[in-house]
Amino acid sequence: MADLRTTFAGIKSPNPFWLASAPPTDKAYNVRRAFEAGWGGVVWKTLGEDPPVVNVSSRYGSLNYNGNRLMGLNNIELISDRPLAVNLAEIKQVKRDYPDRAVVVSLMVPCVEESWKAILPLVEETGADGIELNFGCPHGMSERNMGAAVGQVPEYVEMVTRWCKQYTRMPVIVKLTPNITNILMPALAAKRGGADAVSLINTIQSVIGVDLDQMAPMPVVGGKGTHGGYCGPAVKPIALRMIGDIARHPELAGIPISGMGGIGSWRDAAEFLAMGATTLQVCTAAMHYGFRIVDDMIDGLSSWMDQKGYADIPSVSGQAIPRFVNWGNLNLKFKTLADINQDACIGCGLCHIACEDTSHQAISKTLVDGKNHYEVIDEECVGCNLCAHVCPIDDCITMQPQPVEGELTWPEHPNNPNRVTA
Amino acid sequence: MEAAVMRIPDTICGRLSEGELAANFADAHPPLTHAQAVIEAERCFYCYDAPCVQACPTSIDIPKFIKAIATNNMQGSARTILESNILGGACARVCPTEILCEQKCVHTAREAGQAIRIGALQRHATDWQMEHGGQPFTRAVATGKRIAVVGAGPAGLACAHRLAMHGHNIDLIDTHTLPGGLNEYGVAAYKLADDFAQKEVDFLMAIGGITFQGGLSLGKDFTVAQLRKEYDAVFLAVGLAGVRAMGIEGEQLDGVMDAVTFIETLRSQDKKTVPVGRRVVVVGGGNTAVDAAVQARRLGAEDVFLVYRRGHEQMSATTVEREWAQTNGVTVKLWASPVRIVSENGVLRGVEFARGAIGPDGSIAYNPADTFIIEADMVLKAVGQTFLSTPLQADTIAISGGRILVDDQYQTTMQGVFAGGDCTPGEDLTVAAVRDGRDAAEAIHAMLSQNSGQ
Repeated sequence: MADLRTTFAGIKSPNPFWLASAPPTDKAYNVRRAFEAGWGGVVWKTLGEDPPVVNVSSRYGSLNYNGNRLMGLNNIELISDRPLAVNLAEIKQVKRDYPDRAVVVSLMVPCVEESWKAILPLVEETGADGIELNFGCPHGMSERNMGAAVGQVPEYVEMVTRWCKQYTRMPVIVKLTPNITNILMPALAAKRGGADAVSLINTIQSVIGVDLDQMAPMPVVGGKGTHGGYCGPAVKPIALRMIGDIARHPELAGIPISGMGGIGSWRDAAEFLAMGATTLQVCTAAMHYGFRIVDDMIDGLSSWMDQKGYADIPSVSGQAIPRFVNWGNLNLKFKTLADINQDACIGCGLCHIACEDTSHQAISKTLVDGKNHYEVIDEECVGCNLCAHVCPIDDCITMQPQPVEGELTWPEHPNNPNRVTA
Repeated sequence: MEAAVMRIPDTICGRLSEGELAANFADAHPPLTHAQAVIEAERCFYCYDAPCVQACPTSIDIPKFIKAIATNNMQGSARTILESNILGGACARVCPTEILCEQKCVHTAREAGQAIRIGALQRHATDWQMEHGGQPFTRAVATGKRIAVVGAGPAGLACAHRLAMHGHNIDLIDTHTLPGGLNEYGVAAYKLADDFAQKEVDFLMAIGGITFQGGLSLGKDFTVAQLRKEYDAVFLAVGLAGVRAMGIEGEQLDGVMDAVTFIETLRSQDKKTVPVGRRVVVVGGGNTAVDAAVQARRLGAEDVFLVYRRGHEQMSATTVEREWAQTNGVTVKLWASPVRIVSENGVLRGVEFARGAIGPDGSIAYNPADTFIIEADMVLKAVGQTFLSTPLQADTIAISGGRILVDDQYQTTMQGVFAGGDCTPGEDLTVAAVRDGRDAAEAIHAMLSQNSGQ
């Protein structure tokens, strides 16, 4: 049985699955239910200064795709709208009742030293395991020079992180916004400021859709809409890339990463771990199905680790990083060819039309025994995988790697005007 | 000697209450809700050069109309169907989709029984059009040409509509008082419930330029030659007016009738005025046999036997139809050939069948010594319909293989006279008739355009 226990910047949890700072961790009632369901930790929904913020009614928008709900979720909710004292009291009691679980408190106060200096002892007093600096919220709070407005300026990230390290002994996790061009800049700034860990990604600025009757972006609040923060399965690829960028960076190597962004299954979790995360945060999947989803995450991850012989989380973490390289390091001599299993083919023609219209005209359509017959033209196939992706049948079209002789990358390629010559 | 008790066939009207009859003859397969339709539409793979389209005689662009349902473009969905098949609503209800589009659906290739419910989706789209959009097509500039369409069934209606679109004027002539043909008089009531056939005719005729003339019979009230003189072109879609006889003793007895007559009575009258036997034997293995048998059950017959002389594979009724009969309490008996209608003192008692089997050489033999009798108060013959050529006797139109001979442009041997639907060779399917009517209209239009161009 794989050991799922994690120690993240000194914070212990029985498994790597934490609930992200968001509506599911807004108050003790939810958090207790989460712990009862088996979650390893929570990041309490962001606390701010009193008086609390006010939230609007109508807060979420969903991106549905082909009958699947919540492929992406957009929210315009702000930080906790409850008085600080209420949150602090609940955090204290919950941590006392669940000492084995990680309880991290997300914080967002104005970018003023006094504000941070004031709130940190209050949080520390609760017995919480650590703090997460919310430099990520891309909507609402950023208009007030908080959240992503801080996260987008590396100097501010470094400055606030330093204040926090100065005024508390709690581990400091810096939550990064993806609404930047280079995730390394704020990550490096966090490290310079003394951050114990980073967490990412926060939500992405988005307009989820437009209400064509009201002619307003959704969700529509009294006839108007605003941009929100985007999360859910659709953002997973963006998160994986940013996490990998940090994990493979020489100066950042080894900084604990709490990965999040679209994790909905044990498999997603394994991928985040492989790209360098050591704990995982989940929100949308729980908001979609409830806290019970953690069962399969724990169970599935554990079974997979057993099958693959990974004894514990650190042995999985970062496993894909040595093979996460720049494009210029890819072998241009490598070739893979599509192969259609004719016994599995149902004749939908999607591979053909995708290749014919949008790729390399490498799948022929002929009439055989009165039925459309599709075949790969090896000479034309560039191994792009598109056919395999559009095919609705699992393992009907597979990519067959061809024997490779040697390696040739772009830096050495004859077509490269700036090629490296010996 | 005791006096024989006089047998009286137990055939009466009103075996069931009005409520029961209404329920029994309501829509057999209720429509999808929009939410159900969207879920079903989203299952469609949107195949390219889709096998379902190839299987549709009218070549409806099925992936396109289904995609449009998924995107809630109902008008576009309906138009896609109707531009290929103006009777898409009826076809959605009566087509044996299980041997056409749905059989070829690639989901079927993956797992039997998992085909996209193309018929139900087609109904959803066409129902939407009839409820919200009305007639979606408009007529071209009037040509001043007049065309006589004889027979107001699916082929005639489809032809008339397409000709009207091209700007021609059509007189749609039929022997019945109502247009619709088999949709109105020949299909089981629960397949086209709520007067759908007339609603669809109204929808179709709303394009304008089509005048219906009922109660006029070819060969009796007019000849093709007369029409040809009066009109610029003629389209014959007279269907199959004849019924095969079993050719056995007792066929003329009271209580023995053609299944098509039984169905037509049932479609034309209040259900509570249609007599049905307590015990009914239907002879035949086609959809007419199934429609007659199931409707007999639904009128309140206690025991209904559908007896076919061969096996499942040879039945022209599809498996779905046969199972529909069976779930409706019809007993299906195979490999039994009718030998004679049994009577007592001239009164119907039942049907005697000889058992048969396929011999080792593949031939079917019935053993006259091995027979059994099924008691019946009513016997319905559904052993096939035939084209009746007598109404054409006065005309010089060639008949071949028992149907009107046409070339690949639906032209008969009489210049300017076209024909399509069941009265011409090919599959006897509503959807095939619609294709014939549509394509014959295009041929007629091409001919008329050519003539006026000269």
